[in-house]
Parts: sequence; C-alpha cells; structure tokens
Amino acid sequence: MKTTRLLAATALTVATGFSATAVSAEELTLCWAAWDPANALVELSKDFEAKTGNTMKFEFVPWPNFADRMLNELNSGGKLCDLLIGDSQWIGGGAENGHYVKLNDFFEKEGISMDDFLPATVYAYSTWPKGTPNYYALPAMGDANGWFYRKDWFEKPEIQAAYKEATGQDLREPQTQEELLQIAQFFQGREIDGKKRYGAAIFTERGSEGITMGALGSLFTFGFKFENTPGKYDMEGAVNGPDSVKGLEFYKTLYKTATPPGYTDAYMEQSLDAFKSGQVALGMNWFAFFPGLYSDPDIGGDKIGFFPNPPQKVAGSMLGGQGISVVSYSDKKDAALEYIKWFAQPEIQAQWWKLGGYSCRKSVLLDPSFKDSQPFAADFLVAMGDVKDFWQEPAYAELLLAMQKRLHDYVVADKGTAQEALDKLVEDWTETFQDEGKL
Amino acid sequence: MSASPIDRVAKATPPKLARKIRGLSDRTIAWIFVAPSIFLLLAVNIFPLIWTINLSFTNFKANRPGREIKYIGLRNYERILGDSDIWLTMQATAHFLFWTIALQVLIGFTLAWLINRKFKGNDLWTTIIVLPMMLSPAVVGNFWTFLYQPQIGLFNYVVSFFSGVDPSSFSMLGEVSLAPWAIVIVDTWMWTPFVMLICLAGLRSIPDYIYEAAAIDRASKWRQFWTITLPMVLPFLMLAVLFRGIENFKMFDLVVQLTGGGPGSTTELTSINLKREAFEKWRTGYASAYAIILFVTVFGLASIYVKALNKVKER
Repeated sequence: MKTTRLLAATALTVATGFSATAVSAEELTLCWAAWDPANALVELSKDFEAKTGNTMKFEFVPWPNFADRMLNELNSGGKLCDLLIGDSQWIGGGAENGHYVKLNDFFEKEGISMDDFLPATVYAYSTWPKGTPNYYALPAMGDANGWFYRKDWFEKPEIQAAYKEATGQDLREPQTQEELLQIAQFFQGREIDGKKRYGAAIFTERGSEGITMGALGSLFTFGFKFENTPGKYDMEGAVNGPDSVKGLEFYKTLYKTATPPGYTDAYMEQSLDAFKSGQVALGMNWFAFFPGLYSDPDIGGDKIGFFPNPPQKVAGSMLGGQGISVVSYSDKKDAALEYIKWFAQPEIQAQWWKLGGYSCRKSVLLDPSFKDSQPFAADFLVAMGDVKDFWQEPAYAELLLAMQKRLHDYVVADKGTAQEALDKLVEDWTETFQDEGKL
Repeated sequence: MSASPIDRVAKATPPKLARKIRGLSDRTIAWIFVAPSIFLLLAVNIFPLIWTINLSFTNFKANRPGREIKYIGLRNYERILGDSDIWLTMQATAHFLFWTIALQVLIGFTLAWLINRKFKGNDLWTTIIVLPMMLSPAVVGNFWTFLYQPQIGLFNYVVSFFSGVDPSSFSMLGEVSLAPWAIVIVDTWMWTPFVMLICLAGLRSIPDYIYEAAAIDRASKWRQFWTITLPMVLPFLMLAVLFRGIENFKMFDLVVQLTGGGPGSTTELTSINLKREAFEKWRTGYASAYAIILFVTVFGLASIYVKALNKVKER
C-alpha cells in the first residue's frame, strides 16, 4: 500500500512538474512611454495575468527620453523589454536592424488578420517596407494630433459678442487653419474672469520631436509633402514648395502671435499644463490625452470641447500612436506572442477603448455606438481618416533631428526665412538619403 | 628578537617561487608592478582613442550593425570643417567659455579677497557662498528654469522691479539675444565659488611678513595689491582658469536642462551638438571625427596654457 502511495505521489509530482514546464509562467516586461494610456494598459493587462498565469512588469519612460532610452536599448541588443510599444517611425529601423520579430507566420497561425484593423493604422504601425504585407507590430494604440478648447469661454455671450465685433464672424470650433489662428489671436492677452489669458498652447519643443510634430499638422493642411513621388525620395519642390513655405509661415505666425510668453520649448506636458491652468483658450495635443482632459474636475466635462486638426487647402493630421512588437532579443518570445494574441481579441480591444486606450480594431471603431461613446470619439475617427506620418526610414532619427533644428531655428529663433529653412532641410535630408544609398 | 616583516615575507614565500623571483632583475620586477596600470591605461584610454581615430575615417553607424563599413578617407573631417552650423556651435561655445571664465575670475577673486579679511561670521559666509557648487547641475538647471519663467519667475520679477519693464515681456531662455547670457549667469552663479576657493588658497599662501615689509617701505595698499597679491595669486588664478576652461568646454548637463541648446541652435554648445550626432543621429564615424577635432583643439590649447602657467610659476 505504502509503495503504491509512494509511486502515485512520485507520478503526481513528475506530472505536475511537466505540466508546470509546459505552461511555465513567465514575467514579461512591456516597455512604453509614461503617459495616461500606459496606466490603462496596466489595468487591462490584469486580465492577461489572470488568464495565463504570466505576470507583467512595465517599464514606462517619460516621452522626452523615450526614444533615446528605447532606441539605445534596441541598438545594444538589450533584454530589458520583451514587448515594446515603439513609435510608428521606429518600424523601419526595428525591421531592418532585426530588433523586431516578424509576425506574419504568427498572425497566420493564430488567425489574426490585419483586415480586422483600420488600414491607416496597419500601414503606419505594422508594415515595413511601407504598405507591403510584412508585419512587425500589431496596431496597438491609434493616435493623432488634435485640438481642445475652453467650451465654457466660447459660450460666454460677452466673448461671443466681442469676437463678432472683432471679426464679423461667429465664434465656433474652427473650420480652417486660418480660422484657428484668428480665434487664437482673439484670445491672446484677453482678460477673462479677471485673469489675462492667451491663445493657443502648441508644440515648440526643440530636444526630441515636439516642434516637428506640431508644425507638420499645419504643413500637411497647406499641402506639404515629403516626396513628389512616393518612394522616390524626390523632395525638391515638395518639402520646400510654395505650399510648404506658406504652411511653415503660418505656424510661425501662430507661435508669434497667439502663444503664452516664454512658450519656446513646449511639448505635450507643457501644453496640458497651460490648458489645465487656464492660461490658454486652445490647446494642441495627442488624442491619447483627451480622456484625461475630459475627466479633469477643473477644466473637463462641459467646460471642454474637442476638434480634429482643421483643414486648409487639404485635410491632414499628424499621426501619433504605436504598434506593439516582440523584441527579437527577448528570451521569452513565446509568452510575448501570447500577450499579442490576447491583446488582439475583439473583446479585449473593446475593453482597451473603455479604459482610455485607443483601439485600432474595426470591430471597435466601426461599431455604430463608437462615435457617441466619448465626446472626442467622432473627432478621432475624422483625424484617423486623414493622418500622415513622418518618415519611417531606418535613418528616421537623423531626419527628425534635422527637421527639429531647421524648424526651431526659423520659428522660435527667427533665423532666416521659411524658404531658407525648408531648402536647408532638403539639403540635410538629401545628404542623409545619399549616405543611406537611397539617392 | 622577533623577525622583521621583510624576513617574515621572505620565509612565507614558497622556495620554488623565491628562487624564481631571485632570478629576476630589478627592471623586470618594476615592470611587473607597473604592467597592470599600463594595461588599464591602454585598455581604457589609448585603445578607445585609436579606435575613435580609426572610426573617424569610416561611415560607421553604431545603430546599423548589418551595414557595410566603408573607409571614406578625410570626408568626415571635410564635412565638419566646412559645415557653417558647426562653426556656429563653436562660436556659441567660445562665447560661453569667455564670459563664464571672465566673470567667474573677476567675482571669484573679489569674493576671495573679501573673505580673506578677518571678520565675524567669516566661516558662515564661506559656507553659504560655496553652497551652489555643491548642488547637482540637473537641480540647478531645473530651478533656474523656474526662476527665468516669464510669468512667475523671480528673475523676471526682480528685473521688472528695478527696470519697470513688464516681466512677461522678455524670456531669458526663449530669446536669441538673451539665452546665451542666461546660461552664462547660471554657470557663473554655480561655479564662482570654485574659483573663489582656489583664489582663497592662493591668498592664504602669501606670508604676512611680505606685506609687513612692504608697509615698512611705505607701499600703498594699491601698490601692495599689484606687486604682491596679484603676482603671487596669479598661478592659482591661472589654474582655476584651466580647470574651468576644460570643464566648460565639455559643458552639457546644465545647458541641456536650461535650454536644450535652443532657441533654435543659439545655445547648442559643441558637446551638445556632438552628443546629438553620436547618440541621437547615430552618425558614429562622423561624430568620431568631430570628437578628434575637439580633442586636438582642447589638447593644443591646454598644452600652450600649461607652458604659460609653468613660466608664471618660475618667475
């Protein structure tokens, strides 16, 4: 009897041991930027932990250091991150330098179809070379640069009257870039509720990507293009053509005539601070922050309104957002893929939107109830329909820093003309693409 | 009588090893002792320098491991020396170096001269003056950013109080004409105490009897200053200038925290520009050539300066 028991116990132990090995729980590290949606993802991931037994660790880096920190991590072959929600522009480098795992076979095996996601997000966040069916990420967080404004100020009869008197028009959500400028200028230096207020909080940051992301929003609507023919790198006349020059001059006017004093190095945080503290009537920022703004007890709720980047000559919004990739240097690739499989499920994507993340899945976005689910949801769909991104080339950092320098020199530091700034930018980019062997 | 430590070591050494060591010359033993240091020096300093020189002739990019590395001769050097933007960063660095050193020497020496006098609370004042130097550059950069804030900053308020101009009408960190001075002011505030301490050491090294002899010869205070104090403190002062010059040539953290090199590229010092080329754009070959040019410049200037310093000391 004793022997039988002993054998049974041994068999049980061995069986348990084997089964534990087969579904061994892993601790996965997910790397992303430190911002509101990251907190939503922590909450969402608890379901993954409960269902799989894996545990999640998060490495969130503030935006100004995010690219530096994560690209260094990837370039050094670091094992810190098993999963990375990397910026859309990193996809070229991530694919060509072997940092990201190619997901085609995995998608096929698990029945994950890219047709289930919004085409613009698949193109921007997942594919390399651009537009080809080679996937290195699952669209994780849709995002675009949009606007918010003090609805309560817009609704004040005395302000509406003053605006009508000053411009001859009704005060409303701006329908064009010119109208946006006009409204921002109207509020600049105006006293409201006994305090001096300013026009708009826009992006002017020099160090990482701020001024480029902000200015491109205007540039796109004036007709700026990166290339005359997509994929040919023929930038002369597109980057520095008359439309682009007008767009850049417009952004400088917006900065010079409608932003708070000392607003020379501002990005996401500064824009939010300026708006939350009641300094400005309008603010530019990523849609990712809109749920947080709407729920803010001081400036949220009925006091805030949202609108997508207004068109001028054409419609256009600066693309934000990211895809989620498996880092090729990870020792836990299987568990990381399991996370992606879990994350791609329709019900998880629906929950992701509810918690404050921006799903890219059609089942969520094209649901009839989506537009009314949040006050900014309909604007988000409009913005995502017109998004354009920065270069996604492997040399994107070089291209971005060149644009940061040229734009900041012209817009903030008053160096030269818009034409000269864009001409120099074409020179810089031409040199980079020549080094890359693409020109 | 107990054995001496040398005897004890000799006895403890195994006979086989002792025989071997006995056979070595003094020169060999000296090499054995020096070799680890030389090895470390070669590994940590010389090898990276040679490797950097090698990379400076290539198109290498550290973030592109799979890319073919090509030797491109002097092209990186030609591009750097022919780039007007790089010369602008050199100009910004020269402005920063000249004014920080000039102000720090002037104020530092004056403070040292005042502190050197015997008065009540002398030690307390010395400690208070030295405090900024003890802070982290990141902290200093951060709180000066607040002080310079046009709407709530104390600096703008003080300027407004004395001049009557609207505090929000100027931005120390955001205006091209003011930003280079904003970083000079902060560096001077932070590092003047360092120059003061070195000058103080120089002033305290002057024996009292020299002043007594000068007083007996009826030399005025002004003459004593020019013929005794200044010449005897000069080597210390020159040393302080050398230290501050080298430190400020590689200035990075404080300026990044304050302006990030902006507005535009107005305060983009060479070190910030170099870091962007090397670790943000990842143009490793190009950045290596840039680093070599800076190294040669600093090395050349420092060598000339040290020779001048030695001459002053010999006088």
